[in-house]
Amino acid sequence: MSEQSMPLSWRTETKPHKFCPGCGHGLVLKALGMAVDRLNIAERVLFGCDIGCSLLSWDFFNLDTVQTHHGRTVPFIVGAKRARPHLVGIAYMGDGGAYAIGVQHLVNATMRNDRILVIIVNNTTYAMTGGQMAPTSLPGQKTETTPGGREPHQEGYPLRGPEMIASFAPGGAYVARGSVSQVQRLSRFLERGLENQLQDRGISVIEALSTCPTNWRTNAVDTWKYLEKEMTEYYPVGELVSPWKSKAGEANRL
Amino acid sequence: MTLRNKRIVMGGEGGQGVQAAADILAQAVFEEGKEALYIPNFGIEQRGGVSLAFVQIGGEPIGSPKFKYAHLIVALSGRSLERLQGYMSEESIILYDSSLLAPPQVSDEVIGWQCYDTIAPEAFAERRLTDRRQSFPEIPRKVKYIFGLPASEMAQNKLHPRVANIIILGATARFTEIVQLESIKKALEERLANKIKRDPALKDLNYKALELGWEAAGRMIKIPVSTGKIFKR
Amino acid sequence: MINQPVVQEEKLLTRPVGEEKRAFMYGNEVVVWAALAAGTEFLFGYPITPQNEIMHYWSRLAPRYGRGFLQTEDELSAGFAALGGIMTGARCFSATAGPGTVLFQEPLSMAEMMRIPLVLVVQQRGGPSTATVIYSQQEVFLTIFGGNGEGLRVVYSPGSHQEMYDFTIKAFATAWEYRFPTLVLGDGYQAKMREPVTLYDPRKKGIDLKPPFPLVGLKGVPGVDREPAHWRNAFSVEEELFEALKPVIDDFHRAAPSLSEKEEGFPEGAELIIAAHGIVGRSVRAAVRELREKDIPVGFFRPITLRPFPDKDIKNVLSACPRLLVVESAQGQLAKLIRIAVGGELEHALKMYAYFRPGLGITAEEVVQEARAILSGERENEAAMSLF
Repeated sequence: MSEQSMPLSWRTETKPHKFCPGCGHGLVLKALGMAVDRLNIAERVLFGCDIGCSLLSWDFFNLDTVQTHHGRTVPFIVGAKRARPHLVGIAYMGDGGAYAIGVQHLVNATMRNDRILVIIVNNTTYAMTGGQMAPTSLPGQKTETTPGGREPHQEGYPLRGPEMIASFAPGGAYVARGSVSQVQRLSRFLERGLENQLQDRGISVIEALSTCPTNWRTNAVDTWKYLEKEMTEYYPVGELVSPWKSKAGEANRL
Repeated sequence: MTLRNKRIVMGGEGGQGVQAAADILAQAVFEEGKEALYIPNFGIEQRGGVSLAFVQIGGEPIGSPKFKYAHLIVALSGRSLERLQGYMSEESIILYDSSLLAPPQVSDEVIGWQCYDTIAPEAFAERRLTDRRQSFPEIPRKVKYIFGLPASEMAQNKLHPRVANIIILGATARFTEIVQLESIKKALEERLANKIKRDPALKDLNYKALELGWEAAGRMIKIPVSTGKIFKR
Repeated sequence: MINQPVVQEEKLLTRPVGEEKRAFMYGNEVVVWAALAAGTEFLFGYPITPQNEIMHYWSRLAPRYGRGFLQTEDELSAGFAALGGIMTGARCFSATAGPGTVLFQEPLSMAEMMRIPLVLVVQQRGGPSTATVIYSQQEVFLTIFGGNGEGLRVVYSPGSHQEMYDFTIKAFATAWEYRFPTLVLGDGYQAKMREPVTLYDPRKKGIDLKPPFPLVGLKGVPGVDREPAHWRNAFSVEEELFEALKPVIDDFHRAAPSLSEKEEGFPEGAELIIAAHGIVGRSVRAAVRELREKDIPVGFFRPITLRPFPDKDIKNVLSACPRLLVVESAQGQLAKLIRIAVGGELEHALKMYAYFRPGLGITAEEVVQEARAILSGERENEAAMSLF
């Protein structure tokens, strides 16, 4: 499939979508749509989206979808998956939902190795609420709540979510970080994450580096530069834990 | 004429088996088809401290699970007797373990279901030694009768130190004038079913303890107040 | 774009309660048997006293009857996991208390907005804050009006183990029929005491437990064979929210008369009505019986549903006798509900007396004493009203 065409699992009636021009969500959802298409699992997918810009995906797909509360998409999908294990559960959320208000859920779902896919869109800011500092905001990054730039001495260093998760993810887990600057690769990660669930191996946690020109107040060139340079330097892209590269039942770290 | 309800509060140190005794009593009355309610006190501590159990039995519907005044107050330790003073009225009968002076046998072999039937804290044993020279705690309120039953001594000398609470249960059951000894035996056996399966001798041991308490209570009721073991205030 | 629910054939679950049987049980155990008998598939829970034994019993019994259990990382997780399970068409429930009930407001409000049949058992403990793990009736407002919204919930307040069994089963029936979150409001005393209860199979009693149905995970490829099920609780503009919410509120008020339940005793010729709910209702019932035996004209009123409140019934009772003593282990939470229910002219005529003991048990003797004091003119009702 070319990058220009629409994935089959997208819902044409709700396109064009509601994200801002230049927003990375559309690309993450494209990567996900392609992965769902390739695996032909649309009938089995339960897609959950969080609060924040991720909620705008509530009618994005031709997939059964529930928009939940801030940070609570992980436990919602965990409950659905536990009750009906034949479903393929996807929790789609932002960095605030996953790493701040809902981090306990992410940590504990990983500890339990719940058979779900968690997708975390990292755009280094709280976008929907107007550009406040996120756990992922880079040192020196100006946000509405760090007008002088994020000062690590005061506000701490940004959280590397996949690295944190990989540090204790049990055998069978799949942890990766992709980027909307490499949609095909991100889509492969997502496909692997879904396969991991389909094969009942364990949790899949995939962060997607994404863009927010609206809150970054950047033009197209600077947006892309920020993503590919600053962000990618701090947040290296790749697989962190892959059950396919590990010995049976043992987590493997790259 | 309906059978009037009796309110019983039992107190002891964690590990003495107060909750098990109270629970078995209520269960036995229930099995007889009468009204019964048991509730333990429970707080934030998991072990140690005074453990209280509230039981109501009889023929009338039971109101609130806890109550202000008890007909029968059963104390397995000096400290619990102090705690139980709030439940005393002029109608109250007090039954206490008069061999309190001997250090109690506590066990982590919990037969109680709720949280207090665990090992008593270290400090308790020490405290009990100092209690040796202490007399019966001062009771500020007027009560009807006070009965002392050396249950721990009887258990130690005649059976096994661990069945002191069952001796007390036997006596308590008789004092209620509501429940039959046979029903208590049945409830006890049900409660200990797993343990008896492992050690069949336990059944006989516990039955004997029950009977010992039951008979002692019968004698106590008949013996005049002046004999020392039983005295009236 | 909301899909019509498709009724799915209920999974065949082993029936835990066959013949009717009388048992001597802890309240927490009763809840578990009721949930099993109602065909509940999953419990998602987080430990908090005094409801812990619900998880203890469930985790032992669930595998025996093919049911599931997950101990979550907190009450938020328990609530949202239950919502997830329910939306796939499984009867799920949770249980909590005190500070846990506070956290549960979040999943409860989502259940209100999206009509998810969540069942929650609350065993009240003392408050505010950590307070005691033991007992109170202080979670009335929290269970009814907690959350950012309109209190679109059904709240049962049982007063005995039998009612705990009956209304836990009923909570599942109500939740799935009306699709409002439904709560069973017990307390630490009820949780931790043992008393007789008769267990039965609700189907044999003709109780209509509607089969659960999935809201997501439906049959067919979405977008090909059917429309996708899209569920949300966020809206772009005020009008959009109002349009979505109004029918939910209307549904709730339409259902209210058939949902509300109460118990009355000796209302005829009463010169004082004593109102209480839950376990305090037992003390009041006993007190009123005793007073009536002595020809003292008192009656009692016990709302069984605190939400929707049996307003018409209490109005009827208080119209005939506008003198009321409210007895509760809280500082006037029930009393406030009664004031709201009564309203209008009757509220002005009403003489309300209060016996509030937040976090404390209340005995029949206390109620008798208080009623006598009121009837002999020793109590000021105005003073009582300023206690709110």
